[in-house]
Amino acid sequence: MQKMNPAERVTAMLRIRRFEEQCIRLSEAKKFAGHYHVYIGQEATAVTACAALAAEDFLFSTWRNHGHLLARGAAPDRMLAEILGKSGGYAGGRSGTLHLAVRELGVPSTSALVGGNLPLATGAALACKRRGSGMVVNFFGDAGMEEGAFYEAMILAAVWKVPILFLCENNSIPPEQRKRGQFTSSTLPTDRLGDVPRSLKIPAETVDGADADALADCFGRLAAEVRSGGGPRFVEVRCTRWPGNFPLWPELPSGEWQVAWAFGQKPDREDLAAWLEQSDPLLLCIRKAVAAGQLDRAQVEAIDARARAEMDDAARFALDSPYPAPEEAYRHVWAQGGKRQ
Amino acid sequence: MKISFAEGLAKAIYESLAADPRVMLIGSGFMGLNNAAREKLEPALRDFADRIFVTPISELGLAGAAIGAAMAGQRPVVDLGTGSFIFEAFPQVVNEAANIHYMTGGQTAVPVTFCSLAGMRGGGAAQHSHRAQAMLGQAPGLQILAPGGAEDAYYLLKWALLESMNPTVFISHAMLLGETAEMDPGGASLPVGKARIRREGKDVSIIASSITVPRALAAANALEKQHKISAEVVDLRSIVPLDRETVLKSVAKTGRAVIADECHRSYGVAAEIAATLAEDGLKLLKAPVRRVVVPDVPIPYSPPLEAELTVTAEKILAGVLQVLGR
Repeated sequence: MQKMNPAERVTAMLRIRRFEEQCIRLSEAKKFAGHYHVYIGQEATAVTACAALAAEDFLFSTWRNHGHLLARGAAPDRMLAEILGKSGGYAGGRSGTLHLAVRELGVPSTSALVGGNLPLATGAALACKRRGSGMVVNFFGDAGMEEGAFYEAMILAAVWKVPILFLCENNSIPPEQRKRGQFTSSTLPTDRLGDVPRSLKIPAETVDGADADALADCFGRLAAEVRSGGGPRFVEVRCTRWPGNFPLWPELPSGEWQVAWAFGQKPDREDLAAWLEQSDPLLLCIRKAVAAGQLDRAQVEAIDARARAEMDDAARFALDSPYPAPEEAYRHVWAQGGKRQ
Repeated sequence: MKISFAEGLAKAIYESLAADPRVMLIGSGFMGLNNAAREKLEPALRDFADRIFVTPISELGLAGAAIGAAMAGQRPVVDLGTGSFIFEAFPQVVNEAANIHYMTGGQTAVPVTFCSLAGMRGGGAAQHSHRAQAMLGQAPGLQILAPGGAEDAYYLLKWALLESMNPTVFISHAMLLGETAEMDPGGASLPVGKARIRREGKDVSIIASSITVPRALAAANALEKQHKISAEVVDLRSIVPLDRETVLKSVAKTGRAVIADECHRSYGVAAEIAATLAEDGLKLLKAPVRRVVVPDVPIPYSPPLEAELTVTAEKILAGVLQVLGR
């Protein structure tokens, strides 16, 4: 558990953003084949949630995991190598972007099935309860609530009173977008997602995903409740989808994110300009810190320069890392160590 | 010492709970609708109540929670009840548990055991009679244990709970719970992954697993008495890993193979054994192999209809006679 100052928070968020921009560029340059999902626009959620966790805690993520893992401390070079299917990746190229996991950081596996991680996270929380310490934060998207796995996990967590924070990142897109055949999103006949867990006596609340201070307060408080044996908690984080995430394949509207946008300059695309002003957690966090006299533009630019350099290095590492040898396909089907009598 | 299959299961569960505090029970049925068999579990339920977790009827959630607990350092066994119910949990069993060690590049092990009381059990009808081992065999990363005798029920379940570092589907069978076997209490088991020669013979190999093991033995005894045919019975014990070597060795000796299995005919366990013999054992065979299996129809309720499809000792015997040209 970590109290972050504004510079640390902006650093953590910018690292995620610059990482995701690298992914988009590497995909556009055909450096990797698979479909992928970026976390741009939701950075404050991962950064503040991970600040509420201790080393022994577990984190369960989804196909949109890059931000969660970076905030938890994963190395961007090994993550990008994995995304490129290279031997330097965390799983030696077996997982790619979809199943990125780092066991030593308490991320034992990442399911790319909608709702798939909810029962797993609940079970890890049961293990925490048995050992008498630790908790689980379970990230999932609003679409996860459309799966039966969601409902079963809620029942189990409530019946067993396990230490878990169900963290639903609602980045749904408006119905008019869906009708235009764009990326699928949730179709839930409820306006307040918390009503579903609340009906099973799981306390639930809602928080603004663009407000890093509100998120930090909320997660700090809920994590303390969970740790004190209060059983599961549910939180809906309302994020407004970044315009670059509307197409089937992510793209950078108006190019890379610019520090200048936080200081009065406008991007050429209007939808992006509106999103930045109202919904970008990074931009809003910087503006708030600058207004409070906690950061100035030069400091932000220095932070950004470091983040860019780090992610450039990570991309170089990933590109230089060799592909795995074909015989590597046969390794790690079975865990060793179990005596066969 | 003589023990029953149900006693073997109960003994494995009790001793595993006693030996390792990480062992925990998610659900505690194991014996289906068999009250006499359920009684055998009472001591474990009484002495380890704090490690037995209340379970809503949520197979998908329970299987996933067991996997999650296993990844977080526990050794859970989840009772999925009737074998057919594993389908309710399939996404977690085949798409999470089986894949996790591989997907993480070996970072995370999943020592979880899913117990499934499978099989045609008399009146189970289409939705409560499945034997899912062949389907599960298509999910690399899952161990599939299918004991055909009481001593192996004990050895294999205890191994899964205490030793295995991989996800295991343990397939017991409602019609096996009362079967008995001799067991040396201090004795060592065959290694997991090794088939057991239940009966030596020289004229034909009958390859069996789970419920077809006692039926194959009954057939072999009748063949000896009525037809002077010496049949060897190979009990596979585990479907994954599959001991192809012992099967091939037995067929090298006898020159003939009848495969008795309760999966459906197409794409079943018997089909895999037959394929192995075709690929690696064709020159050993004096006659074509014969599968004695369940026809490709759903399991009906009515007793004569179910009996029509059941792999019995008589059908195995008939299969052997056919292979021997009699």
